[in-house]
Amino acid sequence: MPGAFEGETVTRRRFMNVVAQGAGGIAAAAFTLPALGFALGPIFDREPFQWQIIGKPEDFTQDAYTTKVLTIVEGIGEAGESLTYVRKRDPAIDSEPLFEHEGYVLNNFVALSSRCMHLGCPVRYVAAAERFICPCHGGVYNFRGEVAGGPPVRPLDRFYNLVHDGYLYLGPRYSVNSELERFSPRDPGEPLDGIGQYLYPARFSTSVLPPTNNLPAPPVVPGG
Amino acid sequence: MPLPKLLGRTKPADPDHVGEPQLAPIEAATEAGLTVVDWIDERTALSPGVRWLMFRKVPKGINWAYTLGSATLFAFLNQAVTGVFLAMYYRPDVAGGAYESIRNINDNVFLGQFVHGMHKWGASVMIILIFMHMARVFFFGAYKYPRELTWIIGVVLLILTMAMGFTGYLLPFDQRSYWATIVGVNINNTGPFIGPYMGDFLRAGPEFGATTLSRFYAIHMLLIPGIMAALIGFHLYLVTKLGISSPPWVKAHEPEAVTEYVEV
Repeated sequence: MPGAFEGETVTRRRFMNVVAQGAGGIAAAAFTLPALGFALGPIFDREPFQWQIIGKPEDFTQDAYTTKVLTIVEGIGEAGESLTYVRKRDPAIDSEPLFEHEGYVLNNFVALSSRCMHLGCPVRYVAAAERFICPCHGGVYNFRGEVAGGPPVRPLDRFYNLVHDGYLYLGPRYSVNSELERFSPRDPGEPLDGIGQYLYPARFSTSVLPPTNNLPAPPVVPGG
Repeated sequence: MPLPKLLGRTKPADPDHVGEPQLAPIEAATEAGLTVVDWIDERTALSPGVRWLMFRKVPKGINWAYTLGSATLFAFLNQAVTGVFLAMYYRPDVAGGAYESIRNINDNVFLGQFVHGMHKWGASVMIILIFMHMARVFFFGAYKYPRELTWIIGVVLLILTMAMGFTGYLLPFDQRSYWATIVGVNINNTGPFIGPYMGDFLRAGPEFGATTLSRFYAIHMLLIPGIMAALIGFHLYLVTKLGISSPPWVKAHEPEAVTEYVEV
């Protein structure tokens, strides 16, 4: 189609077409992109995590696990709670190293998460067998939380812990590979040995080790 | 004051019916339905479309297996209608309100347990019907040219229906719902590279949190049903446009010209 005037490269009809379609596209993007960002935002949002008191150091022994309830997500009641199995670290069997964080020696206690590393069901500790057993698909873990049988792909997750002012504080979750080396928290079903740690990269949303300068105060004991 | 010219305008006399006697009021009443339909059709010209959709030629030899698609459509409509009314009583509150609202529907609301049951069992019926419909199409070879796109959209609808099952399973928010969703999201997370981020998207964070339930609820009752309704419309358009394939045991009557032998 020849141009309306000499040297015209884009016809008026085509120009109007592009402008109208482009305006429609921009208008659609103006509500689609913010909505999409709104839905995808939590992937990049780092959840803050507070240290929380779960007991006194003398409540726990080296040769038996004590069950404690901790809050993973605040403000949603039971749905935000999780179980942890806690015992005192036994240097005779626990070879994983202690480490320092802001002047505290961390992980003097072994605080295992009850989350099964197959698909996330809650494991229970069977004291007679010294095993953690998952009711869903038969995952079994030994006394140190390492896989002893069944489908789990890595040892049970753990919680950072420190002792302050006569109380045991629990921090965020971390994951371990079969050598019990620490990794940032992964979801169940994601192996961390070999290429596993590259197939299942760390996420933006998981908590880093929080600072220790604002630890929650111990509860006030009446008459104490 | 006279009416404005636009409002006072009357329909020009119909030249075909000039001088015909007026209908008695009782006759006019019996014709009212037809009159309304005519009035709409005159302005929309929908009747050829309706005729095109409803009065189609179908091949010889079709049987009850050909009704499975319609059955699936009615299962979807059942889910849509009961779901809309369940939403009037349901509360996606993760701190216990969701479970309480379902308990209220089942125990207190008039016909609540019935409508909830229609939705719950209807979901299973829909999955079963989809697979029977799919098997019919597969074994009768009805997915072949020119109906491949109808098949592809059908597969997408199957996947979306399963996503409906997954997101809906959480909503009663009892122990079974909660742990099934934990396991389901973790299965999803085992996809390499993007799996962990998809899990964060589904849960709205690294853990099952305060907005996970409302997120599942929004996906379950707004996002997926909208996409499904649009795709079902397109699926039905293609079925109507391309016609129904005949069963494989019915031989096509070949024209003489094709079977004629020519001596050379």
